[in-house]
Amino acid sequence: MLEVSVRHAFSGFTLDAAFRAPPGVTVLFGRSGSGKTTIVNAVAGLLMPDAGRIASGDWTLLDTEAGIRLGPHRRRLGYIFQEGRLFPHLTVRQNLAYGAWFAPKDAPREDMGRVVDLLGIGHLLDRRPGALSGGEKQRVAIGRALLSAPRLILADEPLAALDEARKAEILPYFERLRDEVAVPILYVSHSASEVARLATTVVAMDAGRVVAQGPAAEVLGDPSVLPAGAREAGAVLTARVARHHDDGLTELDAMGVPLFLPRVAQAPGAALRVRIAAHDVILSRSRPEGLSALNILPGVVHDVRPGAGPGAIVALDTKAGRVLARITRRSATAMGLAPGQTCHAIVKSVSVAPQDVGGARRDLAE
Amino acid sequence: MVDWLSPAEWEAVRLSLRVALWATLFSLPLGVLVAYALARWRFPGREVLNVLVHLPLIMPPVVTGYLLLLTFGTRGPIGGLLADWGIVFAFRWSGAALAAGVMAFPFMVRAVRLSIEAVDPKLEQAAATLGASRPWIFLTVTLPMIVPGIIAGTVLTFAKGMGEFGATITFVSNIPGQTQTIPLAIDLLLETPGGEAQAARLAGLSILLAALALALSEWISRRVAARVGARDA
Repeated sequence: MLEVSVRHAFSGFTLDAAFRAPPGVTVLFGRSGSGKTTIVNAVAGLLMPDAGRIASGDWTLLDTEAGIRLGPHRRRLGYIFQEGRLFPHLTVRQNLAYGAWFAPKDAPREDMGRVVDLLGIGHLLDRRPGALSGGEKQRVAIGRALLSAPRLILADEPLAALDEARKAEILPYFERLRDEVAVPILYVSHSASEVARLATTVVAMDAGRVVAQGPAAEVLGDPSVLPAGAREAGAVLTARVARHHDDGLTELDAMGVPLFLPRVAQAPGAALRVRIAAHDVILSRSRPEGLSALNILPGVVHDVRPGAGPGAIVALDTKAGRVLARITRRSATAMGLAPGQTCHAIVKSVSVAPQDVGGARRDLAE
Repeated sequence: MVDWLSPAEWEAVRLSLRVALWATLFSLPLGVLVAYALARWRFPGREVLNVLVHLPLIMPPVVTGYLLLLTFGTRGPIGGLLADWGIVFAFRWSGAALAAGVMAFPFMVRAVRLSIEAVDPKLEQAAATLGASRPWIFLTVTLPMIVPGIIAGTVLTFAKGMGEFGATITFVSNIPGQTQTIPLAIDLLLETPGGEAQAARLAGLSILLAALALALSEWISRRVAARVGARDA
C-alpha cells in the first residue's frame, strides 16, 4: 500500500495532505487548485516538497526526515500526463520502448504485443506523434507509461484535454488497466463521472487538504466532499446484469433490487457500476402509484445537507446502496425529512446516462 | 585542375577552409555546452558569461584582435603558457582559426540557444519519469530536437570563419601561406596596382562558397525536420 504525506508551502497556498492508496485505482478528486497535481508531481519527483514521506512497504521514494529524495528517473513510475507529452522525434514504437530501455533488466515487465493489443495501437506503431489524433496520442502515452515496468502508474487528468467522444474512447482503456494490470494507479480527476467509473479508492481534496478518503461508493455518497458541491453529486451503485428485455431495456440486479436502464453491451452476469446523479432522483414519502418511472428504491434517510443555494442533498440508504437526491430545501422541510425517516427514491431509468455506465472492478487473483 | 586561380590564390582558399573548419570544430561542442547552460541553468555569473560570449559581436573586431594578441600572444598570460607546451597562435594559421572561432562563437551560441529554448522542458520531465538520467535525457530527447539549430549554428560559424577579417589581421597579421585567408588576400590585392581582377575572382569565389554552405545546411535541415516531425507533444 502506497502511503503519501506531503507538506509544501507555495505563496498563498499550503498543501498539507496525507493519504493511503491500496491496490487498484486511487483517485485524487477535487476542484482545480486543490493541490492534486502537486501531490502527483511530488510522488513523481518532479517537485520536491518542503517535507513529507512517500513510501510503499520498504520502497521509499521520499523521506525528508531521513534525507531520502530519489530523483524522478530512479522512482520507476509510469506518468501519464494530461497533454500526452510524447516524444515528437520518435516513432510510436520508439516512444513505447523508451522507458523499458531504462528499466532494470530484472524488472517484471509487460509484453509489448499485449499492451499494443490492449490499447488498439498496432496500426500506429510506425507513425510519429505529430500524425496522431488526440485520443490516439493518449493511448500511446498510456502504453509508454505501462511499458516502462512501473511500480506505480500516475495519471494527471489524462482525459481533460479531450472532447467527450475521445473521453468515451479512452476511459475503457483505463478500466482495462485497472482490471487486467496488477500495477496500482494514482489518478487525478475533477470529474465525478470519471471517478465513479474508475475509482477503487477516492481521496477527496479541497484547498490543499484531504477532506475525505475511503472506498469509492462511500466517499462519493458524501455530498459535502464533491468539488462542485450539490451540482455534480451522485451515487455509485454496483450491480450485475440480470437479463436483457425485448423492449430495449436491461434489467440489473443491485443487491437484490431490480434496476432498469437502456440496453447495455455487457452479457448477463457481468458486473457493472452505475452512477445515479442526484438531480435525477425524486423523493416520495409514500410508495408512489401510477408513475412512469420504472426504478423505485425504498430506503431510510441517512442525512439531509442543505447546500449554499436553495437546494439540499438527501442521502438515502437503500438495499442497493446509498443514493443521493438533490431537492429544494423547501421540499425537504415540507416533507419533514429527517434521519431515520423511510422514503422512496424515484429514478427515471433513462436518466442513467450511458457514459456513466462502466465496468466494475472484477476481483482479480492478486 | 582549375588554372583560373593562381597558386597563391589556391593557398588562400585552402587556408580559409582549414581555418573555418577548425574554428567550427572547436566552437561546436563548446557552443552547445554554453548555449545549454545559458538556456537551462541558473548559476552565479550567468549574465557575465552571456555578455562575454556576445562581446565579439558588438565590439570592433580590431579590439577583439588586440585582446587576443594581449592574451594569446607569445608574451600573453595564456599564450606564454601554451607556448611552453608547443602550441603557438601568434602569426600562425592556428591563430587565424582562434580569431575566427572567437568571432563566430556568438552565432553558434545564439542559434543553438534559441533551439534549446524551443524544446519543451515538459518533454524532458517526461523522459525523467521514464527512467532517463540527465545525460540520457540530453542525448535522447534534447539533442535530437535541437539538431536543426545546431546545423544552422554550424553553417553560420563556418561562413563567419571563412570571412573573418578585422580580428584576424590584428591578431596574426597578413602572412601568405600562414594567415592570409581569402578576405585578407582580397584586401591585399585591392591595394596592389592591377590586382582588381584577381580580387574580383576571389570575391566571387567567397560568394559561391557561402551560397554552397547555405544550400547544404538548408538541405540537411529539411531532412532533419522531416524526421523530427512537427513540434508537437
